Amino acid sequence: MIAFFSRWASLPAFYRRSGRWIPWLWAAAAGLLVVGTVGGLVLAPVDYQQGEAYRILFVHVPSAWMAMFVYMFMAGASASAFIWHVKLAEILARVSAPLGAAFTALALATGSLWGARMWNTWWVWDARLTSVLLLFFLYLGFMALQAAIEDRRRAARAGAVLALVGVVNIPIIHYSVEWWNTLHQGATVSKFDNPSMTWDMLWPLLTMALGFMVYFAAAVLVRARSEILERERHRRWVIDEVAR
Amino acid sequence: MNALTEFFAMGGYAPYVWGSYALALIIFIYNAWVPLRRHARLRSAIRADGRRDSAAVAAPTHRIHDENSP
Repeated sequence: MIAFFSRWASLPAFYRRSGRWIPWLWAAAAGLLVVGTVGGLVLAPVDYQQGEAYRILFVHVPSAWMAMFVYMFMAGASASAFIWHVKLAEILARVSAPLGAAFTALALATGSLWGARMWNTWWVWDARLTSVLLLFFLYLGFMALQAAIEDRRRAARAGAVLALVGVVNIPIIHYSVEWWNTLHQGATVSKFDNPSMTWDMLWPLLTMALGFMVYFAAAVLVRARSEILERERHRRWVIDEVAR
Repeated sequence: MNALTEFFAMGGYAPYVWGSYALALIIFIYNAWVPLRRHARLRSAIRADGRRDSAAVAAPTHRIHDENSP
């Protein structure tokens, strides 16, 4: 088991293996996102309450899911880096933060566009919106720490503390629509046995969500490979690798 | 109104719906293109470093021969 992980986490092996996966991941992400977009914009029926405006959902909900998923990914990688000093985990935590911030910004911006039409306001300080804004600042704080501390191993440890403390915000985001009386509507898909959404709307949403996930995998691997090259640039294997 | 203009009008919500998808497209392209370009540049920078180092090792006392110059 330990041998398996140490082989998997070896930077040269990871660099080469991820290089083979990335083209396939880009292709799969592009395919899923195109199908999901066509499904969401063209094939899904009009919502009887919100009309065509609800189509923002197919971008808004996957980006909000990814905002939380990437945070948990970053916190998990940070924890492994903190406890076992796994270099690859440090790298993955560091490079996932800007992507998480991008998904959070997209969730906030599309939510704002949606709210402008449905609630007649771009922003309200309600529990859901405020906790997601806090998530965005957690990402920015993590990135600022990484940028401020020159020694990358120390930066990873400092970042890990911030990331792990910030995890308490994730359940707050999830339950904010139940604990507080918010303007934001409740979940429609979390109850998979009985979702309050028709299949015609559900399949484009799930396709988009999967596309976002695969896109994240490709983008995080590209960034991780650059980070590996930078950290190891004077090692023999890097010089041999780029010469090929 | 024909079907296509109706589609683009999005029931009067066009700026909001299309704005959301355009924003997503910009963020997705940016977050793919910039890291890919950075990775390619990093590889060529390291390659250039490696060539300079091996040239210096091969001919430490002579003027470094640049194979690109005539």
